[in-house]
Amino acid sequence: MTALVPLLATLPLLGAAIALIAGRHRRVQVGVSIVTLSLVLIIAAVLLYVVDTGGQPLAVSVGGWPVPFGIVLYVDRLAALLVVVSSIVLLAVLLFSVGQGAADGDDETPVSIFHPSYLILAAGIFTAFIAGDLFNLYVGFEILLVASYVLITLGSTESRIRTGVVYIVVSLVSSILFLAAIAMIYGALGTVNMVQISERMAQLPPDTQLLLHLMLLLAFSIKAAVFPLSFWLPDSYPTAPAPVTAVFAGLLTKVGVYALIRTETQLFSDSDVNLLLMIVALATMIVGVLGAVAQAELKRILSFTLVSHVGYMVFGLAIATPAAIGATIYYMVHHIVVQTTLFLAIGLVERRAGSTSILRVTGLMRAAPVIAVLYFIPAINLGGLPPFSGFIGKFALFEAAAEVGTPIMMVLIVGGIVTSLLTLYALMRAWNLSFWREEEDSTETETESRISYLGSAPAAGVKTERRAIPSIMTMTTAGMVAVTVALTIFAGPLYDVCARIGASLLEPVSLTQLQEEIGQ
Amino acid sequence: MTVSLVLIVIMAVLFACGVYAMLERSLTRVLIGFLLLGNAANLLLLVVMGQPGAAPFYGTEGATSDPLPQALTLTAIVITFAVSAFLLALIYRSWQLGQADTFTDDEADIAVRERVLAAEAALDGEAEFLRDDAVTDFIGVETAPITVLGSRDFPGIVDDAPSDRPARRRPHGDGGDDT
Repeated sequence: MTALVPLLATLPLLGAAIALIAGRHRRVQVGVSIVTLSLVLIIAAVLLYVVDTGGQPLAVSVGGWPVPFGIVLYVDRLAALLVVVSSIVLLAVLLFSVGQGAADGDDETPVSIFHPSYLILAAGIFTAFIAGDLFNLYVGFEILLVASYVLITLGSTESRIRTGVVYIVVSLVSSILFLAAIAMIYGALGTVNMVQISERMAQLPPDTQLLLHLMLLLAFSIKAAVFPLSFWLPDSYPTAPAPVTAVFAGLLTKVGVYALIRTETQLFSDSDVNLLLMIVALATMIVGVLGAVAQAELKRILSFTLVSHVGYMVFGLAIATPAAIGATIYYMVHHIVVQTTLFLAIGLVERRAGSTSILRVTGLMRAAPVIAVLYFIPAINLGGLPPFSGFIGKFALFEAAAEVGTPIMMVLIVGGIVTSLLTLYALMRAWNLSFWREEEDSTETETESRISYLGSAPAAGVKTERRAIPSIMTMTTAGMVAVTVALTIFAGPLYDVCARIGASLLEPVSLTQLQEEIGQ
Repeated sequence: MTVSLVLIVIMAVLFACGVYAMLERSLTRVLIGFLLLGNAANLLLLVVMGQPGAAPFYGTEGATSDPLPQALTLTAIVITFAVSAFLLALIYRSWQLGQADTFTDDEADIAVRERVLAAEAALDGEAEFLRDDAVTDFIGVETAPITVLGSRDFPGIVDDAPSDRPARRRPHGDGGDDT
């Protein structure tokens, strides 16, 4: 069974190579990408089943080196679950982009590099999830970042270059910080293996621990878009092509959150910065959602809610009880799926109405009822209305916080509820204006004054071309909406898995256990 | 573990210069800053290696270097190299598009600022909208290596880059669910 583990990283890389060679044959590229990601999904599902029922993580030493020295790939429940969820999301977004590409033809975007970059992005994400040592995590981050640089500047138009620069420069800084933190940790502990780091960390003086801890937190918080390191995100995501934005919003920040979870639970179980994390979580939630309320453009609204909901995950990490970690992981799974689905639905709106400004787009409820439903279900899910998974995740978080019961927990719970309501307000404002409002209300004379005041988001005015929506795009989005509903229906079993992850993450794994697992 | 003080001082200077250069708006300076930062991080990895000057694996007894930081440094150098190549391509493209390699403000941010200023102007009766002068390595300097011509004034320069604006209306308009 351990032979399957390296395939998670190598299959997408192999697929990327084939897709690059077959650059002139789009059908081959599409076929290779779909087959590769489907295989990864199957492998990951098998691994999740094995790891969850067996209760033991799978570990592979690449190249047969003795354990603390070589590269270790390490699949526990958390890694397996996240690989399953991310491969579902990647596959759905791939199908969406295939539909879009088939409708638009080759003349607008250089499709020949889209598929290889996309598969390399997938390989980077999977490598980061199954990395057993910090440096391999860094390499995974770099793989996905370099692929994302290509994807965010796809077509290299002026606006994408401009926003791409923001994203790239910020990512470069966080990568250098991460590398410097790894060097410091190696200097202090003589290892980069995560299991060995957590074993040796207790021998360090507390102030050294705190310094290393803060360096890693800083690097990962930039990637996860935690306030005050989140300002790059709403600036850079909205201009990318719709499928790229969807997959970035769903997955890339969550890789940062994953790294934060590992840092907090495994590497630095003794060093305590939970108070700092709580303050930061509250600020992330409130500032992010206030940004969403102020915006008049759908993609920007969603980017700001993305930032604000990362705050919930940091909140869960800061509570640091097994129940809270489990709730965080459930919320993370929910948020990956729902945020991606919403961005896909906005992609449909953009094609149908030719704009994503909520002041310009009107009457979609009547004109395109299917798109309206596909927006409405994930929107109220993200807003946290019962009985959807957003409500379950938030409720579990608040329950875990209430069990601790300190005054700051109560402040955070109130902050979380306010954020949830404001998210709902921002998304329903968009619903009222773009879907519910009748078409005739939108005559230029009537809304001109409002547009000149509120709707001066320039990206809204550029593209007003309506384009056809192939049925595969609608079908894919509907499929993702079905997945979000499934997260609610099968919340019981899923939540049990997450609770087991939460419990097992806080139990340290020893190096001898890891060596036995590999058979050395 | 004895560590060379010179290496640490050089590393600190490289970090400081790198951060300073990355704060510029000109992309070329950002690239230079990134290269300095990358080399500073590599030096940091060499500093934590411990005893310098000996070969890994084959050193004499008691004087072998730790091979792992060297492997990490090599990997980091490769990554820095790849990212620098990408940044150079980005700078070239940015110059091709706008005859400048400077980073401009976000359009939506400007819109928000103008909105707020307009609202304040309505209250105060006066508004002053200031914009910083652009700083670039390519234009505005008398010794600039490249003479910049406006692309629209000069028929030889054709912007053949793909645009995200559709070239033509699709005849088969209604598909999917909206029928």
